Amino acid sequence: MHLMYFTEQPMSAYPAQAGLDFGATALMFSNKYFDPVAGSRLYNEYLEHYRLAEEVGFDGIMLNEHHNAPFCMQAKCNVFASILAATTTRVKLVLLGNPLPLADNPVRLAEELAMIDMISRGRLVSGFVRGGGQEQLATGVNPAYNRERFEEAHELIVKTWTEQGPFRWEGTHYQHRVVNPWALPLQKPHPRVWIPGVLSKETIVWAAKKRYPYIALSTAIDATKKIWELYDRVAAETGYQGGPEYRGYLQRCHVAETEEKAMENARQFMWMQGEFTGLAHPVWSSPSGYFSPAMRTAFVEFAVGRRSNPRGAAFEDQIRDQQIIAGTPKTVIPKLRRLLEETRPSILGFWASDGFVSNADTQTCIRLLGQEVLPALRDMGKELGLWSPFEANAPVSLAQPEPARPAGT
Amino acid sequence: MNRYGGDGPPALVLHHDIGAPERPAFYDALARHFTVFAPAHPGYDGSPRPHWMRSVRDMAVVYQGLLAQQPATREPGTVTLIGLGFGGWIAAEMATMAPRAFRRLVLVGAMGLKPERGEIVDQALLSYIDYVRRGFADQTVFDRVFGPEPPTSRLEQWDLNREMTFRIAWKPYMYNPTLPHLLGAVATPTLIVWGAGDHIVPRECGERYAKSLANARLQIVDDAGHFVDMEKPDELASVVWHFVSEV
Repeated sequence: MHLMYFTEQPMSAYPAQAGLDFGATALMFSNKYFDPVAGSRLYNEYLEHYRLAEEVGFDGIMLNEHHNAPFCMQAKCNVFASILAATTTRVKLVLLGNPLPLADNPVRLAEELAMIDMISRGRLVSGFVRGGGQEQLATGVNPAYNRERFEEAHELIVKTWTEQGPFRWEGTHYQHRVVNPWALPLQKPHPRVWIPGVLSKETIVWAAKKRYPYIALSTAIDATKKIWELYDRVAAETGYQGGPEYRGYLQRCHVAETEEKAMENARQFMWMQGEFTGLAHPVWSSPSGYFSPAMRTAFVEFAVGRRSNPRGAAFEDQIRDQQIIAGTPKTVIPKLRRLLEETRPSILGFWASDGFVSNADTQTCIRLLGQEVLPALRDMGKELGLWSPFEANAPVSLAQPEPARPAGT
Repeated sequence: MNRYGGDGPPALVLHHDIGAPERPAFYDALARHFTVFAPAHPGYDGSPRPHWMRSVRDMAVVYQGLLAQQPATREPGTVTLIGLGFGGWIAAEMATMAPRAFRRLVLVGAMGLKPERGEIVDQALLSYIDYVRRGFADQTVFDRVFGPEPPTSRLEQWDLNREMTFRIAWKPYMYNPTLPHLLGAVATPTLIVWGAGDHIVPRECGERYAKSLANARLQIVDDAGHFVDMEKPDELASVVWHFVSEV
């Protein structure tokens, strides 16, 4: 198994009432409420948490990014990846990921990722995402071409990493006279690419066709099973067998010394989901052209308040469906076993805390996970045959049928 | 390009970014004087999406081609071109391509020019219903045209139309920075019509159109917002007919 630590890097240090009054805490919620003193403190606390996660035994640190929203302070995952490349020594740096459509220059992204890979001595896993709906608005990128830009930027980055320059790129959305960056990744054929997602079938199919592992982000167990059915079917059609090494899952999981404390802190997962602050205007999270045409009816009804958030569920339901797991190590381990048995992922991210959970409680959570939960999961992984892409020496992709290794090793 | 109705001189009506309602009262009023052509824009209101299209100017060229195919609209100087809102931008682009092609040009609350002080309301930040309601001075007219709670099928069509608008007018949003420099050569007599209560496109855009075009004047319609054609269909049709009938 590959066990990762994750935080959204929440910034709860803003006046909650202002968010409630405005009715949303993303995109248009004014940054006059941003407090750089709290921001500076929090960024440094999060760095401490990442280093602690490495110390207590996590295999990877999962990073992401969002824009214009306090639920995620990380506006550029490559910044944290760069810092961690130099300040950690063992963990994989798993970016889930860089939002490709937001990049106007994917070659520059390829360069940055190559630098991170070299500085970390080949520990980069370079995931790619489409970015949330709001991200398109926050960065002025046309949501109607989101998927086209995602696919073309991906193609350009992989070519930049794998084919000798200089070459010229005349695409639909990107044109480059000269692609010939000096910096190239340490890992060959190129760093592993994992694709996270929540809803879009198109992304699952795309990842399966590329033979990239897909990371389901906190979906309910039944929905997760459907994802794997689809992935495995496309894998079979593509000519390989799906299985644990292609399956990742991000689990909200808060652990504390007592059940009561764990449950109290786990409620903070609803902070990010908007129960306390309203989070997002539905129109901003699903601009026209961004979402799957198959979901059009659901999203237009959601946008005018005729349907509840297709991505949201009540806290109690999420506890029941194990989208949120909370407890002492002793009580969360059987729940995690159920997840592993029923959905068989080999990559598991722990989204450990959110919202107002204190620095001390977050550190306790990371320690308890490392000391008591991770060893139990490793045993389960062996017992259930959940070999990660690293353990299974899985190919980087369909196009690159070798496992990724640092050059010179 | 099918004929909508009427049997007078030809008029081409270009609809809003939100598309057109069924049997628009304005088209019927216009058909009392004109042979009305009112096609759905490519990619709007059920018309197949032109995946290649990237700009409003592309759309304008497509319309020029359609006009050239029809015997009734082929001859220069015969067609009265009427553009509503976003359709007004398309019409203005068409006029710059062929400065003497049209008998008359009528731009109603037209997008296409960058306001110097205000902003054109950005539908990307508003729900489908909120955006359309913003264009009415009198909300009861919205209720009458679309129903107080428009059905989901209408919302889906608004979403499809919005997506097409994003495909060709996302950035810069709803204007073409080169358009003002091209308007001066348009010789076609032009009437600019603006709803006194237009809260989608600032009136200064109408003033700028009137100033930039060689032969244009601005007329304000009271008690109307951006959708003058829906709020004052008969009055607008009458204004257009009088303008076209002027010697």
